[in-house]
Amino acid sequence: MKPYVPQYVGTITKYVFVDSPDITPQDIATAAYEIAQGIMIKETCFGCQITGSPEDVERIINHLQKLDPYRIYVKDRGFPPGDARRCRADLGGARPGYLGHEYEMDLARYITYGLQETDRMTNEKLKITADQKVPRPEMLDIEILESLMKEE
Amino acid sequence: MAKVFIYPATSLILSTLVTRFGHQPLGSAISIREHIQTPGFDSPPIQITSDDPQYGLKWAAVEVPSGIRGRMSLYGPLVEEADAAIIIDEPDLAFGCMGCARTNELLAFMLREKNIPRLELNYPTSKEEGVTFVAAIKEFLKNLERQ
Repeated sequence: MKPYVPQYVGTITKYVFVDSPDITPQDIATAAYEIAQGIMIKETCFGCQITGSPEDVERIINHLQKLDPYRIYVKDRGFPPGDARRCRADLGGARPGYLGHEYEMDLARYITYGLQETDRMTNEKLKITADQKVPRPEMLDIEILESLMKEE
Repeated sequence: MAKVFIYPATSLILSTLVTRFGHQPLGSAISIREHIQTPGFDSPPIQITSDDPQYGLKWAAVEVPSGIRGRMSLYGPLVEEADAAIIIDEPDLAFGCMGCARTNELLAFMLREKNIPRLELNYPTSKEEGVTFVAAIKEFLKNLERQ
């Protein structure tokens, strides 16, 4: 076993995703570079990744969210950008994890609409909406399943 | 500001909403970051060493496969730290190998057993459901502040 010396200790990395008709990932990256002050920013096809001290990353994200408040999504990342254990340049093929992002970005338009609508709601309306039950298709009854199996 | 465990622990949507409404999301990235920023022996890709399945014994019994105990060493501390939890029921994106599936089951079970405020809901499939989804999370997180 060889010793492991970590890099970028004390930093955090955050993903910034954008799904907007007005703002492109390039705009996001450019806006981030403008106030970066030495913070590591990596432009990606979905937005950018920001690595630095928690205060600096927070500062840049607050600035980016003003560009399109309802359509910018942010989450933590464990690895810094370009890490040889995760980066496609080293591994080849698709990077594990993007499947989840792809799935959730398909739903982002519903969340954006939800954020816009709930921001216009009064407290009472919000409470009523929050308590609404969303109808779900019923699960297959176990007895029906059993009868189907017996028919086979 | 409350610490809110999100399930799926990698969820972009939940992470964004929890942060937006003024709380701290607890997801897998936090544990992974801690692992890869701690010096020790080289054990790629996420620095899970043989110590981790032992540490996972705190949350999973010894007869549970080491893959689950290793994963629980990432999630267990977050669950203990959590003041509240938001759980998406049967999320399509959280599929994986049997180790992931069983860890997810154990995780959901632990969150349901723990005596903390909990919100369970499904991913929206339309704009109208999106409004209900966001409203439910907003209302839940607003109530956390009062508690």
